[in-house]
Amino acid sequence: MLDIKDLYQDIIIDHNRSPRNFGKLEHATRVAEGYNPLCGDRLTVYLNLDANIIKDIRFEGTGCAISVASASLMTDHLKSKTKAEAEEIFQNFHTLLTRDNEQPEAEMLGKLSALSGVKEYPVRVKCATLCWHTLHSALNGKETIVSTE
Amino acid sequence: MSLAMDGTAKLLRQPQQALDVGQLRADFPILKQKIHGKPLVYLDNAATTQKPQSVIDMFRRYYSEMNANIHRGVHTLSQRATQNYEEARTKVQHFINADSFKEIIFVRGTTEAINLVAQSYGRPTLKAGDEIIITEMEHHSNIVPWQLLCGQTGATLKVIPINDSGELKLDKYKDLLNARTKIVSIAHVSNSLGTINPIKSIIDMAHAHDVPVLVDGAQGAPHLKVNVQDLDCDFYAFSGHKLFGPTGVGVLYGKEALLDAMPPYHGGGDMIKMVTFEKTLYNDLPYKFEAGTPHIAGVIALGTAIDYVSRVGLDSIVAHEHSLLSYATEAAREIPGLRLIGTARKKTSILSFVMEGIHPHDLGTILDHEGIAIRTGHHCAMPVMEHFGVPATARASIAMYNTHEDIDDLINGLKEAHKVLM
Repeated sequence: MLDIKDLYQDIIIDHNRSPRNFGKLEHATRVAEGYNPLCGDRLTVYLNLDANIIKDIRFEGTGCAISVASASLMTDHLKSKTKAEAEEIFQNFHTLLTRDNEQPEAEMLGKLSALSGVKEYPVRVKCATLCWHTLHSALNGKETIVSTE
Repeated sequence: MSLAMDGTAKLLRQPQQALDVGQLRADFPILKQKIHGKPLVYLDNAATTQKPQSVIDMFRRYYSEMNANIHRGVHTLSQRATQNYEEARTKVQHFINADSFKEIIFVRGTTEAINLVAQSYGRPTLKAGDEIIITEMEHHSNIVPWQLLCGQTGATLKVIPINDSGELKLDKYKDLLNARTKIVSIAHVSNSLGTINPIKSIIDMAHAHDVPVLVDGAQGAPHLKVNVQDLDCDFYAFSGHKLFGPTGVGVLYGKEALLDAMPPYHGGGDMIKMVTFEKTLYNDLPYKFEAGTPHIAGVIALGTAIDYVSRVGLDSIVAHEHSLLSYATEAAREIPGLRLIGTARKKTSILSFVMEGIHPHDLGTILDHEGIAIRTGHHCAMPVMEHFGVPATARASIAMYNTHEDIDDLINGLKEAHKVLM
């Protein structure tokens, strides 16, 4: 039987209660907004992108524990990564949450693996990936609001 | 062949008698289920209710004993299907005390009923500058059809505001009513707050201006005794699936004179008397509004659900649900950090709330682990969420088969959520 703590691991509770890199990034070079109409979650991802390297990344918004912790862990994980690396990590993260027969590259994910429990809760996958879709949009300079619906 | 008695439910009790909930629960097979190893505690009845065995059995009986198209065949099966379909109409008529069977239109649900009125009554009647009055607590299905109509006619939407308890500000309603007002459309009971609106006074005030009123009874019909003649409402809409009946079937009640003057909503078979390429003569009420083959099995099963509710007795249902809601409200107030959304003096069946530091979706997932089903989100009432400054709420909604133990489980689940997340 599923244990609720497999989903809400301590690291997720911690990042939800004290999200890292939370708040507006002054002088961001890229900004994107994400919205999940199902739960009303909204978040903004700010990037300082220099020569395709994420020099700084912050976020702000409201959401469930999964969505806030995911955004917090994402921002921690992506600092000083290249755009290509970030996209590849996103792909692996997506595999982690949605694929039964594929193994993501664990090394690439680091602490993000704490969100693996989300896989058992298909309706919550969009909570964990909202920040990533928003990041993707920021990296590619799209200014429209990203929706996970 | 009459199927008024379903033979499966063993409920024969006097209306005012206290509910034997244990016996009643035995009629709902889904409630015997376990979810994540825990007995199911179903508290999402405002979204949809569970079905008694008699309703489930009716589908099997319909498709194995009487399946045929209605109102057209001369063969036995067609007559049997037609008779049962029309008997269901009479059951609905008596259930809401309509004057005539002609005033009962079968539709897909409350949403379609409201769209029907907006398009068939509103569109030919309204013109630029006219006004439609709704309220701040409406479900999206009683907002968007009117916005569409405004777009088509140039009419404008006026909104009766609510106070912080979730009650309508009737003085503002009085100010909104004027010679430009062409229709008032209002929820009987709010799906996100549980507020019971004073619809009788609202209707009286509108009628003083010769304005017809549509009542969205999606949350009203399952929890209150509805008497459309006493209310004097012009239209009343409700869904079968929130009344222990099937999905995909609902009812529009309309006063005969109004319905008679309205053009059809959909064109097709069954809604005509005679068709030539030059001219079509529409059928009489209620068939004028029932184009195409309807959800025959669904309508008959809705009749079965109404039989069930009538046998249990709405008076006892109302009393039982009131007792549960008071119990739940008191218990919820004891939980630190819990804020009730919707504290109207007159409420039914719905406990909407937020918990400090805990997002409703996390709450929903943790409660699900305990076997408890509640709804989390904006409940298709985004303006209400905006009024209370929350993106979403958690909503526990009760029905006749819920018990005080269900409420205890809910409260314990909320405490568990606090433990997991905080």
